[in-house]
Amino acid sequence: MTKPFDFVEMKLPAKSEYVGVLRLTISGVANRMGFSYEEIEDLKVAVSEAITNAVKHAYFEDDQGEVTIGFALYEDKLEVMVADYGDSFDLEKVKEDIGPYEQGMPIDNLKEGGFGLFLIDALMDKVEINNNHGVIVVMTKYLQENEVGQNDDQISTTQ
Amino acid sequence: MNLHIEDFKEGQVTVLKLAGEIDAYTAPQLKEKLLGLLREENADVQVDLEKVNYMDSTGLGVFISGLKTANEVNSSFTLVNLQENVYRLFNITGLNDVMKIENTIRGGM
Repeated sequence: MTKPFDFVEMKLPAKSEYVGVLRLTISGVANRMGFSYEEIEDLKVAVSEAITNAVKHAYFEDDQGEVTIGFALYEDKLEVMVADYGDSFDLEKVKEDIGPYEQGMPIDNLKEGGFGLFLIDALMDKVEINNNHGVIVVMTKYLQENEVGQNDDQISTTQ
Repeated sequence: MNLHIEDFKEGQVTVLKLAGEIDAYTAPQLKEKLLGLLREENADVQVDLEKVNYMDSTGLGVFISGLKTANEVNSSFTLVNLQENVYRLFNITGLNDVMKIENTIRGGM
């Protein structure tokens, strides 16, 4: 614990109808912190991808559960946590599957749902995935004024 | 937070005009519509994204399955009038190499 932060938490039904509601919330939070228009667009996509994953898990398991989303607003960065308590997935396998399209790759190899985690990683400065009980994705985006951590672009895992 | 879908013929071309947001909630209806149009042999579909102000990977998924369907029955589609933030996703994922994309509006891509 170094700096104080404000924390906002919300719970949403694990249904796709609510992905747009989360986008409105992240826009509001990011706007309040002073993120640029482009950064807010990036945050909207990244956070939507995370909750879409959570909603899909719930759907396949026929679970009308909830997804918990936490926003930690620091002076220099925003941390967004998305947690669902469905079954964990095989993280190593997921990591093998992510990546951009490369020229010459047969189109048949492209997966319809294959770009979610890749986009989160591309649009956020730092992504951590905790896969112990359900799945928790923690995504960080730094405010541009503060260059510290800008190159901290990585996916790390805690198993 | 909805997607409005409209389609009409302009000569040989079928125009699919979209307005709103493409996400996990709206992607299934778009997929059904697009694949339906592309299943017609030799169909030429123009997907107008001018009024789409938000899209995520669920939208990319729809267009990937569109591509697969189009290849099967020898039809084709072109994405036109993309907003900058929407085009960006095709660019980041490299999908702009496989999709036909025209007239990006707003800003120098």
